Amino acid sequence: MTQLQRTPLRDFHAARGARLVDFAGWEMPVQYRSILEEHRAVRRAAGLFDVSHMGEFDVRGPGAAAFLNRLVTNDVARLFPGRVLYSPMCYPDGGVVDDLLVYQRSADDFFLCVNAGNLARDLEWIRAQAAGHDVTVTDRSAETALLALQGPRAVAILQGLTATSLAEIGYYHFATGEVAGIPCVLSRTGYTGEDGFELYHAAGDAVRLAEALLAAGAPLGLELAGLGARDSLRLEAGYPLYGHELSPAISPLAAGLGWTVKLEKGCDFLGREALVAEKRGGSPRRVVYFRTGDRRILRPDSPVLNAAGAVVGQVLSGTLSPILQEAIGSALVEAAAATLPLAVDVRGTTVPLLLVRPPFVPLGRT
Amino acid sequence: MSSLPADLRYAKSHEWVRPEADGTVTIGITDYAQNSLGDITYVQAPKVGAVLAAGAVFGVVESVKAASDLYAPVAGTVVAVNPALDGAPETVNREPYGAGWMVRLKPADPAAAGALLDAAAYGALLG
Repeated sequence: MTQLQRTPLRDFHAARGARLVDFAGWEMPVQYRSILEEHRAVRRAAGLFDVSHMGEFDVRGPGAAAFLNRLVTNDVARLFPGRVLYSPMCYPDGGVVDDLLVYQRSADDFFLCVNAGNLARDLEWIRAQAAGHDVTVTDRSAETALLALQGPRAVAILQGLTATSLAEIGYYHFATGEVAGIPCVLSRTGYTGEDGFELYHAAGDAVRLAEALLAAGAPLGLELAGLGARDSLRLEAGYPLYGHELSPAISPLAAGLGWTVKLEKGCDFLGREALVAEKRGGSPRRVVYFRTGDRRILRPDSPVLNAAGAVVGQVLSGTLSPILQEAIGSALVEAAAATLPLAVDVRGTTVPLLLVRPPFVPLGRT
Repeated sequence: MSSLPADLRYAKSHEWVRPEADGTVTIGITDYAQNSLGDITYVQAPKVGAVLAAGAVFGVVESVKAASDLYAPVAGTVVAVNPALDGAPETVNREPYGAGWMVRLKPADPAAAGALLDAAAYGALLG
């Protein structure tokens, strides 16, 4: 096995009882105490996640805005300095290379935050697409750490450590400032459905920042939360995870992310032609979200059956919602079957899927 | 790792067996097993009256991570299942040797539990 990569907080996690696992080639905390407890702490108070494994790329130059608008499906022209945009990035056939956040610092200065598992492929893809554009793409991942502070008390905890007025930073906006004396990008974004911030900072400051946040937040119920809770929180919120609800085989339209595909944004972009055709003809398969009323978790790749017992799709994600106390998940199903009764066989028991439009629970995000 | 109760017998598949005064045996999973599984979300138990062979699958324990079979360490007839686990399977995480017990059997051979591992031997297996 190849050596796992480590974030600057690896020993910090180990010292606090984390169960460290291989996640996309990174040695990451999947849980500290209990995935279910950490999940509930984020919905009730706040959780602190190390997501330093994610990738950050600077995209700079006079051609940066035009290049990015050709690279991703959402409309980068809607950005302004201090604004964040979520977007898929597609192949010409409409399949997804990755989903990412685009940050605009100034007219010619952007940075992207991408999934850890796609980092190397993204960098290669973006650099290849950048040929002929007046831009410089720089990988800042190794020197950048990222902590996510999420939950209804996240803002109160963070405000005690910074002079930046957090009330002035709206959802999907960001500012630069200091937290506990450490220079940070304070981004009002997250992957839990709760209010909160993601704090980009220098790798060398990560331990000090994590300790300061924990010390300030503990009296307000802040807990360390691992990738296990991050996954159940994002699924409960109905957010896609690359490799599950988005992939080279699942377009943003099939995934139900039509709002992130701006076909009429005024410029051509990678995947546009295929996505126009898919929108016109309808996606042959689409992602649905379900609950079951049953505690048995439906595991990824389980076949989804129609009333006649024929396979019409497969489960993409599944977990137990710690809030609803029942199994929830997503599945990719043939479009024609998606409005008819669906079920999954669990060890000989047929569990009907109750399709819902996420989020599964009321969310606190602003 | 917490200490292994000395009054229990253990199977290599990480179930424990407690011989009771009335001749039945109570079965659960070890602290090592619950810790390896992580948050337990569902326990599928057999029906009272089910007849189990030694080594037979008698149920399934599910965690956020995975679903794992449960194996009967001894042969016998199910005389009780733990009703508390239906609504609170996490009890197995909290009290694997107590309130988190799973089934009670009337063993086919009252001496069978004695052939299982004792705490020292099971502890050695865990390393």
